[in-house]
Amino acid sequence: MRNQTVESNFIVKGMRQRRRRWIFVTSLLSILVVILCGGMLLLGNTIYPVDVVIRTLMGEDIAGANFAINTIRLPRMITGLFAGFAFGVAGYIFQTMLRNPLANPNILGITSGSSVAAVFCIIVLHTSNTVVSIAAVVGGLITVIVMYLLSRGRSFSIGRLIIIGIGMQAMLDAVISYLILKSAQQDIAVALRWLSGSLNGSKMSEVLPLILIVVVFTPILLALGKQLNMLELGEQMATSLGIATDKLRITLIVSAVFIIAIATATTGPIAFVSFLAGPIANRLVGASASNILPAGLVGANLVLFADLIGQFAFEYRFPVGVITGLLGAPYLIYLLIRMNRKGEL
Amino acid sequence: MSNTHVFRAERLVSGYDHKTIIHGIDLEIPQNKISVIIGANGSGKSTLLKTMAKLIKPTEGDVTLDGKAINKYPPKELARMLGLLPQSPVVPDGITVADLVGRGRFPHQSLFSGWSKQDYEAVEEAMAFMNITAFANHDIDELSGGQRQRVWIAMALAQQTDILLLDEPTTFLDITYQVEILDLLTNLNRRYGTTIVMVLHDINLSARYADHIFAVKEGKLIAEGKPTEVLTSDLVKTVFDLNCVVIPDPISDTPLVIPKGRYHVKDGDN
Repeated sequence: MRNQTVESNFIVKGMRQRRRRWIFVTSLLSILVVILCGGMLLLGNTIYPVDVVIRTLMGEDIAGANFAINTIRLPRMITGLFAGFAFGVAGYIFQTMLRNPLANPNILGITSGSSVAAVFCIIVLHTSNTVVSIAAVVGGLITVIVMYLLSRGRSFSIGRLIIIGIGMQAMLDAVISYLILKSAQQDIAVALRWLSGSLNGSKMSEVLPLILIVVVFTPILLALGKQLNMLELGEQMATSLGIATDKLRITLIVSAVFIIAIATATTGPIAFVSFLAGPIANRLVGASASNILPAGLVGANLVLFADLIGQFAFEYRFPVGVITGLLGAPYLIYLLIRMNRKGEL
Repeated sequence: MSNTHVFRAERLVSGYDHKTIIHGIDLEIPQNKISVIIGANGSGKSTLLKTMAKLIKPTEGDVTLDGKAINKYPPKELARMLGLLPQSPVVPDGITVADLVGRGRFPHQSLFSGWSKQDYEAVEEAMAFMNITAFANHDIDELSGGQRQRVWIAMALAQQTDILLLDEPTTFLDITYQVEILDLLTNLNRRYGTTIVMVLHDINLSARYADHIFAVKEGKLIAEGKPTEVLTSDLVKTVFDLNCVVIPDPISDTPLVIPKGRYHVKDGDN
């Protein structure tokens, strides 16, 4: 009996320990985000001291600093923070739901679908930001629906879905290139962002829809986190644990497409963030609980970190998407090789 | 007993995408007993179990629990009474044994509730019962097939349902582990009175461990009852199209099916 109690304690202890690890790592990621946000405000052509930055943010008018910080650096930082978070969360949801790290909005072409719609609105129709955002969401949802219809065969196969997604992505990216080549000289600077994603020229007015969508959808998705964990055990197990699987899947897909489409409409498709964030979060935190929040934080960290590198590490300034692309591509190759060996492709 | 439920299939017709597999089955699961569904490959035994577990929606008729169709219950409420262990559940990457067993507590938890004392106790009890406490903090990938199956059953136990359905829980396991799993399920039935319904491939283990047998052929129920009463060479011929003799099992006195093939038959016996 005594022995039993000792053994039991060690089960609960282990479970609590893993929960504490989750809290610890998530806090650490949050602190790191705050530090990187600080870096985004402090660093630039002129490096301002912390007190100047804070006074400027509080509304004090300090010559020079005011423009650099409030008009350039702050919108850039907020855009990177929210877009990175959105990419991370949406990527994690797709990867977990489809139980495959390759199944993320980036590789499946959902971000490309949003990009095509946004580029078309900007370059051809010259519409307002609101219309661009709505078009991006519609473009993302249409891509998901087309992909679903094409990959429906006798039975659902994740491999088929991924291959169709990669094909769609290539096709949609070709459309983006075509639209950019046809665009007027003065639009090219704006349009180029759609090739790899960039935080250049972020404006406060343009980031508002993104903030709104992230703030609205994040609590919904966090509340569904536990159910998503059950879905991971397979359709049958999830059903027997009391999950309405069809309803859950539609809610998750629509919410994830919404946040990633708006993020894409704001920054362009920042390469590989939605692909990298989930696996990194899982590696850091473990699989004991839902990792939606850690994945979002990893996404934000990645974008902010990559943007700082892109701005200051080289002689030339690179857009953030080039840096995340450099980070993500080797991981993609590694993953493909590993999955091929295990026969999962 | 408080955990008795009237669990029935009523004029049940079901299948996949317009292909009807179950052609009108009426049955009632004996309460607090172990029932085994037997039948040849493609007979519909697994489809029957899946329909009773709400994984397949019946095209006609109903599966009812205490007089109410199972799809009329709120999903979580049903999941506290009726559990299922599918044939091939998916193991999430990098999960530990205790955390996986803990997922069985989902139907007992609300949206924002953390882990209650009952939740932890249920996990401990289930793991002790399945004798996997020692692996609690191991990654599930480190376990053998037999150990893994015990983990899945522990997860279903942590769900604390009064009825547990299992789809071929012993397939892919060595004979030693098959017997071990069936012994553990019998323990479960005797200790808590859990009603168990399972599909098994091995007819002799079915005959030994079942209190009640349902024999299915071409989507119809053709016989049911105690193994000693229904399991005859005629039934085996009808259900499996196999010539055999049935003798008493020297260990348990339950029916033991000895197949007759074309070869290796003693002279004069054919």
